[in-house]
Amino acid sequence: MREQAAVHDRDMAAILERVQEIDGVSGAVMLSTCNRVELYASTLCPLQTLHDFQEILQSRSKETLPLYHHTTPAAVRHLFRVASGLDSMVIGETEILGQVKKAYAFASEYGTTTSSLHRLFQHAFRVAKSVRTETQITRGAVSVGSVAVELAEKIFGQLDQCRVMILGAGEISERTARSLQSRGVRSVIVSNRTYDRAAALAAEIGGMALHFDHWEKTFLDVDIIISSTGAPHAILTVEKIKPLLKQRQQRPLFIIDLAVPRDAEPEINKLPGVFLYDIDNLQQIAAQSLDIRRQEIVRCESMIEEHVETFLKWLRSRGNN
Amino acid sequence: MEKIALWASTFFYFLIFCSTLVALKAKRLHPGRFSFVAIFLGVACQSWFLVLRGKETHACPITTLPEMLIFLSWAIGWFYLLIGSTYRISLMGAFTAPLILIFQSMGFLLLAPAISVEHSLSPWIEAHAALSLVAFGALSLASVSALMFLFQEAQLKSQAPAPIFHFLPPMQLLEITTVRLLWLGLGLLTTAFISGALSGIPISGIKFWISFLLWGCYGLLGVAEQARRLSPHRFAQGIILVFVFALVVLFGVYTCPKIALPVASL
Repeated sequence: MREQAAVHDRDMAAILERVQEIDGVSGAVMLSTCNRVELYASTLCPLQTLHDFQEILQSRSKETLPLYHHTTPAAVRHLFRVASGLDSMVIGETEILGQVKKAYAFASEYGTTTSSLHRLFQHAFRVAKSVRTETQITRGAVSVGSVAVELAEKIFGQLDQCRVMILGAGEISERTARSLQSRGVRSVIVSNRTYDRAAALAAEIGGMALHFDHWEKTFLDVDIIISSTGAPHAILTVEKIKPLLKQRQQRPLFIIDLAVPRDAEPEINKLPGVFLYDIDNLQQIAAQSLDIRRQEIVRCESMIEEHVETFLKWLRSRGNN
Repeated sequence: MEKIALWASTFFYFLIFCSTLVALKAKRLHPGRFSFVAIFLGVACQSWFLVLRGKETHACPITTLPEMLIFLSWAIGWFYLLIGSTYRISLMGAFTAPLILIFQSMGFLLLAPAISVEHSLSPWIEAHAALSLVAFGALSLASVSALMFLFQEAQLKSQAPAPIFHFLPPMQLLEITTVRLLWLGLGLLTTAFISGALSGIPISGIKFWISFLLWGCYGLLGVAEQARRLSPHRFAQGIILVFVFALVVLFGVYTCPKIALPVASL
């Protein structure tokens, strides 16, 4: 359904042009992301606009798409919630604000915005900024990969000097490594029992493959180990790690154990400078962050309500004039 | 006027302390500009007090234990304003304010009317005392940073960190800050000792050896950290431990006649 409704950047201008031709429409901004397709229009006949917009979408997808609509003030509230990340699948995510800004910039460039739409979107950007800075709605990481990144950043600070080693080329370890890569880690080494698989993953993520028998030799150079092998017993043991720590010159070591059964002995965490997190720990932190975000929703909604009132006041004063 | 300045500065530090307690209770301790602004205002009021006090005593206002405590808290405040903003160390204000408040309150409670210094002091001895206290300001903040390091490390080691860990700075940044503050404090302390030596005033053997021991402890910690012979955990513990010893020495200098500074005996 989402794929059928989604509007690609290259089709945006044509759709906006057709929307502008609908009777009563004076301006429009269209937002299309992986999770939503929304039209913000300044119109004298909302129902007519909705009907015609549905036809425009139908002509593209050849299917009837169920739409919902809001009029002022609910539409204003909706945009403020969307821009603030309250209407996102992951509450408080910030990517949506960039997408709203991009949608507005496109409409503005294409000349389909009106003064009230301009004011509405500028106000939405301000609301999103206030919500983000004055509440904890964006605090904490909410996925395993981003929790791992956050923990790594709390241990090492900047990650640009960190080297990562992946033990076991699983999907989740690949995603975690990619999250770390997005924060600029220096290098990634992939080691797997099947060398070809390690080489394939290394090629995909721009890392270096290593034979599984040799991973212990590179241990001294790495700062973060992501382990997800299918080994039936622990491969990272106190006995193995303790002697190697002495040669690391007090550099901390972050071990992310994503394997079930565990790859790392829990006692490793007691070693000085070693921080061990397994999949349960990471999921627990993600859930905790999500809880914090949920608790903030009430505060965010009340802030948004104040801004909706302010905007409506401006709209009414404009109508009176 | 002096009292007003001191009341005002104590009020600002007390305000941060209370807001930190309230935030902790509500589990909403997060970085903000409040601590920075409040400490800035606290330091400004302390500066005003020190200027007024200096005019009355006709000397650097560090001649008594209460004055020393206020001067020390003023120095810690300055270092916080410089370091906290330069390295963007969130929550450092919340950790520093209680320490400043303790010194400031003790100083305030014990403060007696200023006594004008009849005979002029050697500038070297005044520089020695003032620089020593400024050095202690830097070393105090180093111990605050070390404490934050240990706190963040404990959070990360727990495998289930409390929400506060999101707002605490990275361990590595705290380690770097502690090291830099240590070297800065040690440099200032060395300069202070040179000033003391240049004053030509004889000092007791006990004071010399205690001062040397303190200087040596900080120096050893610094060298061991540089040579990576000490784990960051042990380094942070060492910094806090030596700071406690430094405080004992500092109190001794102002209260024990055997090792008292010439400025402290007025």
